Amino acid sequence: MLTLASQGPASFFPGPGWNLIADVQDMLSYAFMRNAFAAGTASAIVAGLVGYFVVLRGSSFAAHAISHIGFAGAAGALLLGINPILGVGALSLAASAGMGALGKRLRGRDAVIGLIMAASLGLGVLFTTMYQGNAANALAYLFGQIFGISAGAAQLTVLTSVVVLAVLAVLYRPLLFASLDEEVAQARGVPVGPLSVGFLLLMALAVTEAVQVSGVLLIFALLIAPGAIAERVTRRPATALAVSGSLAVLITWVSLSLAYYTPYPVSFYVPALAFVCYLGARLATARPGPHWPLPGPWHGPRDTGARGRQAATVRM
Amino acid sequence: MTGIRLAGSTHAARHPGAVIEAAGLACAYGGRAVWSGADFAIGPGEFLTVLGPNGAGKSTLLRMLLGLLPPAAGTLRVFGAPPRRGHPSIGYVPQRRALDSELTIAAADLVALGVDGHRWGIRLSRRRGRERRDAVARALTAVGADSYARRSTGRLSGGEQQRLQMAQALVASPRLLLLDEPLASLDLRSQRAVSRLVADLRGQHGFAVVLVTHDVNPVLAFTDRVMYIAGGGVSVGTPAEVITSENLSRLYDAEVEVLTDSHGRLFVAGLEAETAHPHSPRGTHQ
Repeated sequence: MLTLASQGPASFFPGPGWNLIADVQDMLSYAFMRNAFAAGTASAIVAGLVGYFVVLRGSSFAAHAISHIGFAGAAGALLLGINPILGVGALSLAASAGMGALGKRLRGRDAVIGLIMAASLGLGVLFTTMYQGNAANALAYLFGQIFGISAGAAQLTVLTSVVVLAVLAVLYRPLLFASLDEEVAQARGVPVGPLSVGFLLLMALAVTEAVQVSGVLLIFALLIAPGAIAERVTRRPATALAVSGSLAVLITWVSLSLAYYTPYPVSFYVPALAFVCYLGARLATARPGPHWPLPGPWHGPRDTGARGRQAATVRM
Repeated sequence: MTGIRLAGSTHAARHPGAVIEAAGLACAYGGRAVWSGADFAIGPGEFLTVLGPNGAGKSTLLRMLLGLLPPAAGTLRVFGAPPRRGHPSIGYVPQRRALDSELTIAAADLVALGVDGHRWGIRLSRRRGRERRDAVARALTAVGADSYARRSTGRLSGGEQQRLQMAQALVASPRLLLLDEPLASLDLRSQRAVSRLVADLRGQHGFAVVLVTHDVNPVLAFTDRVMYIAGGGVSVGTPAEVITSENLSRLYDAEVEVLTDSHGRLFVAGLEAETAHPHSPRGTHQ
């Protein structure tokens, strides 16, 4: 079953040479690799930047759910003979709008979201079964199929990224404010409700793009891990965004290259690298906590009860 | 309908320079009438302490002042105009919420949100960035938070986070500072320190203060005016006028006695059944 996922070109494993530039030139001499790199890079930047806010807002679970609903969209679109990625996009956006209408940053709605997520995945399986064509086309969305991306889809991905980044630039400061301090932001005149819906829609687009690289089931690897790592290693929001975006791009590039030169799929390398990076970040920041450059005085035991409110949100 | 009305305070035009004017102000929340009949005016630099039991509608007054909730009846004017969201001259410190202990964002960056966090787009001007940095540094110094300006917000103590939020409100140079239960869940020493800080900053910057609290004692020395909300009624006046056995008994519609200890601290006796002690050393958490 796993052979369905994100195959590189079968029986085609050129060995890497010692000349990095020549290797890159070799990879990029193939159109499918150029498309993969273009779409992968564009998706990764968006996933990294949007992902930081997903982590800040504790919306990881919502992102995961949106990706699963997107899978139902992909399978449904195939059944209807439409481009599956459009199905992912349409259903992800619809799901985001629905979650936005439910309101209030989705806190405490884990059970509802989880149920909708499971139902969507089930629906996706049903559509896949009903689909008369090659079921691999649908199942590829579970694990990503970046090497199979067409030039047109790659262009659409880059274009979507440009739009998402432009909107994110406009929303940046109020979104940061509302993510960190919703009550004060609201008092200062930030429209927190519409902003929250706007962010969910951006998240849907980021998910739709990232699904092409990592697949529905591995969405956390690209969307959450870089943001979570960035949040650990730096305390400046602007720096964290830069770290998160760069990390997502790096993970994608290395994964694409490794998948090109080895028999193993991108969908293995992306989560594996994300995990290794996260582990490294955790070890590097484990003790004495993110206190550098100024070691602070000890402040006594924490009153964890009073500040446990956000602890229930899904974090990596 | 109770209260010591200040002469002429029902007439808005009598207070041309007032920061807050309320006339016949009533408050409802979720369709339920909470309190009514508030008439008062707060001038520049005045310190108003809002007292009352849980659920009396103290925080709701702040929501009305912020323009987040319309008055149920009567008129309310802030800086001579109906309240509106995002008024640049109002600083707001909400009731201390649980800041995520995993929140790694630097304290100074949290404060900086008070400068331009509500503005759209990204900051491009280098000069603005410098101004912002200076303003943040001044605010951090003002609240005595220099030593932990670069530390992670989530790792700070309750009192330290309280100071940061104060700095975040101050950084925009407000003329009115709204503080919702700034003393709740702080130990006695921090309560005094925070109260003293608010009073000092008011002295330096001259802004008016509306401070909501369960316990009047830490702020009693700085309070110009008390607004006591209980039993659906409101009483406004100086502490000596409002916090009396007679007045509070009328508000609560129960036999209540105000006692004064040797340090001049006030205690309300006779409300054991309610959570209405102005003095609650453990700081009842809402």
